Amino acid sequence: MAIETVPPPASHEALSQQRRARERLKVFGLVFPGLFWLTFFFALPLVVIFIYSFLTPGPRGDVVWIFTFDNYARLFTESLFVNAYIRSIWLGILTTVICLIIGYPLAVFIAQAPPRWRTILLFMVLIPFWTNFLVRTYAWMIILQNNGLINWIVTSLGFPRLSLMNTQTAVLIGLVYGELPFMVLPLYASIDRFDFTLMQAASDLGASKFRAFTRVMLPLTMPGIAAGSVLVFIPTVGQFVVSDLLGGAKVDMLGNLLQRLFTRANPPNWPLGSALALMFMLVLMILIVFYFRSTTEDDR
Amino acid sequence: MNDGIAIELDDIVKSFGDVNAVDHVSMQIRDGEFFSMLGPSGCGKTTTLRMIAGFEFPTSGRLKIHGKEMGNTPPYRRPVNTVFQSYALFPHMTVAQNVAFGLEMKRVPKEQIKERVQKALELVRLPTFGDRYPRQMSGGQQQRVALARALVNEPEVLLLDEPLGALDQKLRKEMQFELKRIQEELGITFIFVTHDQEEALTMSDRIAVMNAGRVLQIGTPTEIYERPNCRFVADFIGESNFIEGTVRASNGQYATIETSDGLEMQGYTEQPVSVGSSVVLSLRPEKARLSTVNGNNSQKHEANTFPAKVERVSYIGSDTRIIVRLASGRTIDVWEQNTRSTLDRDAYWQPGEAAILSCSVENALILTS
Amino acid sequence: MIDLSQTSSQTAQKSSTRKPFSLGKTTLTVVSVLTYMFLYIPIIILVLYSFTTDAFGARLTGFTLSWYEQLWRDQRLMGATLNTLYVAFVSMIVSTIIGTMTALALERFRFRGRAVYDAFLYLPVVIPEIVMALSLLAFFSFAFNLIRQLTGIQLRNGLATVIISHIAFSISFVVIVVRASLRGFDQRMEEAAYDLGANSWQTFWRITFPLILPGIIGGGLLAFTISLDDFIISFFTTGPGTSLLPVEVYSQVKRAVTPKINAISTLMLAVSMTLVVLSQVVQRPRT
Repeated sequence: MAIETVPPPASHEALSQQRRARERLKVFGLVFPGLFWLTFFFALPLVVIFIYSFLTPGPRGDVVWIFTFDNYARLFTESLFVNAYIRSIWLGILTTVICLIIGYPLAVFIAQAPPRWRTILLFMVLIPFWTNFLVRTYAWMIILQNNGLINWIVTSLGFPRLSLMNTQTAVLIGLVYGELPFMVLPLYASIDRFDFTLMQAASDLGASKFRAFTRVMLPLTMPGIAAGSVLVFIPTVGQFVVSDLLGGAKVDMLGNLLQRLFTRANPPNWPLGSALALMFMLVLMILIVFYFRSTTEDDR
Repeated sequence: MNDGIAIELDDIVKSFGDVNAVDHVSMQIRDGEFFSMLGPSGCGKTTTLRMIAGFEFPTSGRLKIHGKEMGNTPPYRRPVNTVFQSYALFPHMTVAQNVAFGLEMKRVPKEQIKERVQKALELVRLPTFGDRYPRQMSGGQQQRVALARALVNEPEVLLLDEPLGALDQKLRKEMQFELKRIQEELGITFIFVTHDQEEALTMSDRIAVMNAGRVLQIGTPTEIYERPNCRFVADFIGESNFIEGTVRASNGQYATIETSDGLEMQGYTEQPVSVGSSVVLSLRPEKARLSTVNGNNSQKHEANTFPAKVERVSYIGSDTRIIVRLASGRTIDVWEQNTRSTLDRDAYWQPGEAAILSCSVENALILTS
Repeated sequence: MIDLSQTSSQTAQKSSTRKPFSLGKTTLTVVSVLTYMFLYIPIIILVLYSFTTDAFGARLTGFTLSWYEQLWRDQRLMGATLNTLYVAFVSMIVSTIIGTMTALALERFRFRGRAVYDAFLYLPVVIPEIVMALSLLAFFSFAFNLIRQLTGIQLRNGLATVIISHIAFSISFVVIVVRASLRGFDQRMEEAAYDLGANSWQTFWRITFPLILPGIIGGGLLAFTISLDDFIISFFTTGPGTSLLPVEVYSQVKRAVTPKINAISTLMLAVSMTLVVLSQVVQRPRT
C-alpha cells in the first residue's frame, strides 16, 4: 500500500478545523434526510392545524382567513366537547387501571417462569400486540353482537337476549383488550430486573407479604408502571375505532368527535377540529410530563 | 532517517473540555523496546496510546512515528496496530478472516494472505483455530487472536491497551511470558499500557509512570523501583514507609533529616537537597531490618537505628509482615523473608516483643515533596 | 475470623436462593391463565368463524372455505390488498434508510442541537396518532391548494400521500430499534477496523453494517408491520378511489359482520404472526 504523503505540518487549529469540517459534513449528510422529512411531514402539518385553529370555518367546509378565538371558546363552553373530554380521559384512566391490574400479575408470572418458558410466554403476549387493531376489535364484535357468541349461549340457556353492543362496557372491553400488551411489556422489563431476594429481605425484617409488596416491589418497579401507563393511556384517549365499532355513536370519545368534525359533519369544520386536536395534544403532553416527573422523582 | 527512535511525543496536550487528560507529555520510545505506560486509571496512559494509534488527536504538541509527523493522519494510515483491552474481535468473522482483515485492506494478494495468516496463527500457537468464530474461544485464545490480527500487518509499533486485564491470574502470567517471547522474536517496538505494576516490572525494558496526565518518571524497572524520583512513584510501585521531615544537614548524595516526630535519620538522595527544605524519606518494608535486643548496645550508635516494639505480625507464607512501633509512636512496616523452614514459635516475631529497627543509609531514599 | 464470617454469609445466601419467593403461586398462575384466555379466545373465535357456513358469522353451522374463495374473487379487496402491500414496502424501504442514517448520526456523533433533535424524534411516537393523521390531512389540502394557485395543477390524496405519511410515522420507530443495536456493540470494533487499515467507508460496510444488520432488519420489519396495520393515518390521508385494506375492512365491518371479514382478518393475522416470528428470529443475539 502506498502511504499517502502526509500533509505538511500545519498548525493544530488548521488541522482540527479540517477534521471538524469533514465531520460536520458527515453529520449533515446523515441528519438531513430525516430532519427534512419530519420537518415537512410532521412538524409543518402541526403548524398548519395550529394556524387553522385560529381561523373561521367557511360555509362549504373550507376556511376563511379571519382570525378568531371562537374555536377555543367553543371547546370550553359547549357541553358536547367538555363531555367528550371528560369521557375520554375517564375511559383512558379506567383502561389504564384495568390493564395494570390484569397486567401486573401476568408480568410477575412471566418473570418468574423458567427461562425457557419465559420467551414463549412473552412471545404469546407479543402476538396480539403485532396484529391489526381493527381485527382485534372486530373479534369482539363477533362475540358481543346481538346474535353473537355470548347471546347465542345466553339464549340457548333460555335467558333473554342481552344488549351488549353499543355500551360503555363494550368499549372498555375493547380498549383493555387492545392495549393490554402495551402494559405487560414494559412491566415485564422492570419486574424482570427486580431482585426477588429483596422480598425475602423485607420479610426477614418483619414485613408482611402485602407490606413487602407495597413498600419494596411496587416502588422498585415504578418505572415499568409509569411507562406502561403512558403507553396505554395515550392511544386510548385518542381512540375512535373501538368506540366507533363497539360503542356505535352512543359512546363518543374525542377521536369520534375529531373524525366527525374533519370528515363527516355537514359542512366539515376544520378550524374547530384543529383547535380540538391541539388542545387534546396539549392536555396529554401536560399529563405525561407531570406523570413522568412525579414518578421519576420517586425513583430517585 | 532512522535514529533509533520509534515514537516521539513532544509536549503533547489532550484536553477534553476543561480537563487536560494528557498534560504536556514528552517521551521518546526506542526501536525494538518493550515500553510500558503505568499508572492508575484516569492517569492519561490510555489517551496517550490512543493518540499514538490515531483514535484521538492531540490538542497541542507534536507526535512523530519514525520521524514522520503524524498530525492529522487517520489511524488507517499509521504504521501501528493495536491490541484492545476488550480484544474487539469481529464477531461475524472467523478467526482467519479476522486476522486477514488488515492484509485485505492493504490489498495483499490472496495466496499471500493465506500464508501470512497461517504464520501469524502459528506465532500465537493457534495454528488450527482459523475456522472458529471468536465466541467459540476462551478469553486467553481470543487474546492471542487479537495479537495475531495486529502482528500479521507487521506494524512498526504494536500498541497494547491493558491486553491482559480480563484474564485470570494464571493465564495472565502465561501471557506475560508469551508476549515477551513474541516481542523478542519479532524485535518490534511494543507499547504496553497497564495499571498492574508487577506486569510492567516483569516485561518492560523501560516504564513511564504516569499520574494525572503527567509523566512522573521514565526508567528501567530497576530504576523505577530502586530510585523512584517522587513519593507517588515510590508509593504506586511496591510499598513503602514514608517519613516526613526537614533537612538538617546535607553533603551531596547523603543528607540528615529530622523527622516530624523528632527522630534523626540519614538517607540517600539523587538530587542535592538544601538544608531546611521539607522532604519525605521512603523506606521499602523489605529493606528495613529488625533485630533482637542483645546485651551490648553497640548498634545504637550507628545511623538509622531505633528501638521498637513489635505490634502486629502477619505470616503470609513467603514473608512475615511485621508492624513495629517506635518510641515516638510512629509505626513502620517491615517484611522479613521466611528463609528457614520451621514450626518453632520462637523463630518468628511475637507481638509485644522489643526489637531494634535499622536500615542502611542507601535504602532510605530522600524524596523532595 | 474474617474468612469465617464470609463463608457463613455465603451459605446463608445459598439457602435463600433455594426457596424461591412466591407471590401466591397458584393465584398467580390462575390469573395468568385467565388473562391468556382473554387474549386468545377472541382470536380463536375469529379464525374458527372464518370457516363457518352461517352467513351471519354467529354460529358454527358447518365447515366451508367459500369465504376465502369469495375474497379471492373480490376485486375491490384484492386491489386494496395490493395497494397496502405496495405502500408498506415503499414506506419500509425509505423509512429504514432514513431511520438508520438518523440513528447513526445520533449514536456516533456529537453535534449542536443533538439533544433537541433526539427529543423531537420521540414526538411522532408519543403524539396521539389521530392528531398526526388530521394534521396531515389538513397539511396536504393546504399544500395542494397552494400548488394549484401557483401552478394550476390540481393534486389529490392517493397512495403517494399515504406513503409519505407512513414514512413520517415510521422513521422514529426505526431509529429507536436501530439505535438499540448500535448501542449494543462495542465501538472498539470500529476502531480496530481503522487500526487495521480500513477507512471509514470500508469500516462501515465491512464491520458496522453487518453487525447492526439484525437491528436494521428488525426496524424495517417493524416499519412494514406498522404500515400494514395502520388504519387511522391511512384513513385520513388516502383519497377517493385508492383503497387500502384496513380502510376497506373498516367500511365493511361498519356495514355488517360476515364470515368474509373473518377470512380476510385471519389472513392478516397470519401475515402479522409470520412477521413477528421473522423479526424475532432475525434479532436473536448470536451466541
